[in-house]
Amino acid sequence: MLRLALKMLFGDTAKFLMLVAGIVFATFLMAQQSAVFCGLMSWTTATLKNVPAPLWVVEAKVEQVNETNPLLDTDVARVRSVDSVAWAAPIYSNILRARLANGSFKIIQMIGIDATTFAGAPVKIKEGNIHDLRLPHAVIIDDLAVKRLAEVRGKEVKLGDTFEINDQEARVVGIADTVQSFTGGPYVWTTYERALQYAPPQRKMLSAVIAAPREGISESQCAQDIAKETGLKAYLNRGFAFGDDQDFNTSTVWWYVRNTGIPFSFGITVAIGFIVGIAISSQTFYSFVLEHMKHLGALKAMGASTWTLCLMLLTQAFTVGFIGYGIGLFCTAMFAFPALKNEQPPFYMPELVPPIVFGVILFICGLSALLGIWRVARLEPAMVFRG
Amino acid sequence: MPDTPAKTPHALAARLRNVNKSFGDGGSRLQVLKSIDLDVRCGDITMLVGPSGCGKTTLLSIIAGTLGVDPGSGEVKVFDQDLLKMSSRQNTKFRSTSIGFIFQAFNLIPTLTCTENVSVPLLIQGKSTRHAEKRAREVLDQVGLGDRMKHRPTQLSGGQQQRVAIARALVHEPRLIICDEPTAALDAKNGTLVMELFEKVARSPDRAVLIVTHDNRIFSHADRIAAMDDGKIVEVHDVTGTNPLPEHLRHHE
Repeated sequence: MLRLALKMLFGDTAKFLMLVAGIVFATFLMAQQSAVFCGLMSWTTATLKNVPAPLWVVEAKVEQVNETNPLLDTDVARVRSVDSVAWAAPIYSNILRARLANGSFKIIQMIGIDATTFAGAPVKIKEGNIHDLRLPHAVIIDDLAVKRLAEVRGKEVKLGDTFEINDQEARVVGIADTVQSFTGGPYVWTTYERALQYAPPQRKMLSAVIAAPREGISESQCAQDIAKETGLKAYLNRGFAFGDDQDFNTSTVWWYVRNTGIPFSFGITVAIGFIVGIAISSQTFYSFVLEHMKHLGALKAMGASTWTLCLMLLTQAFTVGFIGYGIGLFCTAMFAFPALKNEQPPFYMPELVPPIVFGVILFICGLSALLGIWRVARLEPAMVFRG
Repeated sequence: MPDTPAKTPHALAARLRNVNKSFGDGGSRLQVLKSIDLDVRCGDITMLVGPSGCGKTTLLSIIAGTLGVDPGSGEVKVFDQDLLKMSSRQNTKFRSTSIGFIFQAFNLIPTLTCTENVSVPLLIQGKSTRHAEKRAREVLDQVGLGDRMKHRPTQLSGGQQQRVAIARALVHEPRLIICDEPTAALDAKNGTLVMELFEKVARSPDRAVLIVTHDNRIFSHADRIAAMDDGKIVEVHDVTGTNPLPEHLRHHE
C-alpha cells in the first residue's frame, strides 16, 4: 500500500513539485540564513582566533573583543606579577586607516604585538618571516589585505610593497592566512611600539594583555587569580560554548546577540522560511488529500484501515520532506562553496544546524500530514456511495 | 472472524430485519429507512430500485458495513455475521475479505495503472505486490482488458474504466458484490455491454450481487428486484421464466 501511496504522490506531478518546492525553500532559507548568521557571529571573534592566546586580560567592564577600554601600559607588569601567570604580553588592537599610493584610504584592523616574544602573531604565515617584523616600518598583512590594499583593482600586494598609516610608511614583510574581521577591514600586524606610533596618541593605549598560565595551573584558575589580584577581567580563549561565561568568544557573541539587530534580522528570515514552508506544504498537501478524498474513501470502504491510510499519508508527507530537505541542503551547499572560497558572505554551518533544520522539516511534514489524517480519520467510508 | 461459506444456491448472503436509519438530530432528524426487511440470496443478482432519495444507497451502505443503523434496530447479518455486533476493526477486515465494491464514479486511482488499481483489494489484505498483480492481470484478462494492463484509467473509455472497476471488485473473490449505479456513467450501449460482462464473470452460486440502480435497461439482468419508496421496501419480485418482470417495475425509475 505504501508503494501505491508513493505512486499516487509522484503521479500528481504539479502538486508533488509544489510540495517539494515548499520544503526546498524552507530548508534553504533556514539552513543558509542560520549558516550566514553563525558565520557573521564567527567573524565577531576573529581577533581572538587571529591573535591566539590562552588568556585575554581586559578592563573590568569589557564584554567583547572588538570594543576594548584601554589599559595603562603598567597593567602588563601587574598581570606578569600574578604567581600563576607564565607569561604576559601587550596587545594593541584598533581600527585605523591605511592610505594607498593612489591616494585612496582603506580601513584596517591594526594589531600590535610584543616584538620580543611575538606573542599574538598570526598562526599561519603564508609568505615572509615573522622575524622580519622587527625591521623598520615592517607590517604583516592578511590575505584579504593582499587584494584590499592593492593600488589597482585586480592587482595584488606583494612583499616589499608599501602604504601609509597615519602618514608613516608601512612595508609588507609577510602575508598571513587569517579569519576575516567583523568590521571587514583586513588585519595588519606590527610590533606594539610601532603600532603606538601609527595610532593617534591617547592617554591609555594598551588594548589588552594576553597571557598564559604556568604549567600545572588551569587557565580557569589563572584567570581567577588575575582578576582577584589586578581587578581586571581575565577571559579564557577556548571557543564559543553555550553557558561558558569565562570565555571571551562566548561573551563577544552574546554581546552581539543582545546589543545588535543581527539575530532578530536573521531570525525573521528563518521564521519566514519556517512559516512559508508550513503554509505551502500544509496547504498543498491538504488540497492533495482533499483531491484524493474519494479515492481514500473508496480504499476505506474496500477495507483499508484508518491506520493504513494514515500511514500512506505519512509516507507521502515524509517522502516529500526527505526529497525537499536533500535538495534544499544541496542548494545551501551550492551557496556555501563560493561563499567559503571568497570568504564573502560569511558562512559557517555548525554541525547542529542540519539536524535541527531536518527536525523542523519533519515537523512541517508531520503537521501537513496531520491535517490530512484528521480528515481521513473522520472520513466515513459510506461517503463514497454519495457521489 | 470465522467466515461461513455459502455453498448451496439460494443460501442467504444478507438478512436484514427491522432496520431503521435516521440522519440528523432533534427537529432536523430525518428517518431514511423504516423497518426494512430484506433477504439477499447467494447465486442471485438482486437489484434495489426506486426514486431518488428513497434510501437505496443508505441501505446498500448498511449491507456493505460502511454505515451503522439506529440504536434498537433489528439485525443486519451478512453471511451469518452480525455486522451490528462487530467491532470497527472486525468490520473493516470483513469488508476487505468478503465484499467487492463497484462505484458509480468508478473511483479508480488515476495515477495507478489498471493492474495496480485492480490489485488494491489484495494489497489491502496484505498480499504481496507480486501475487496481487499476477492475480490482477488474470482478472483483467477475464474482463477483456488484457491489452490495457499498463494503461492509466484516464487513457480508457468509460466502459473500459467500469470493466477495470469490475475486475477490482472480483480480484479477491468476494462472496458479496455491492454495486452502486454501475451503469449511470455509461451510455446505453456500454451499459448493456458492461452488464453482460458483469453477469458473465460475477454470477456464481456462491456469490450474491446487490445492485442499486435507476437504469431500467439493466433490470433484465436481475433475478430479484426490490422496489423501494420513502424508506420502505414496497415490493420484492423474483424474476423467473414463468414470472417475468411486471410492466410497472419495467418502467420503474
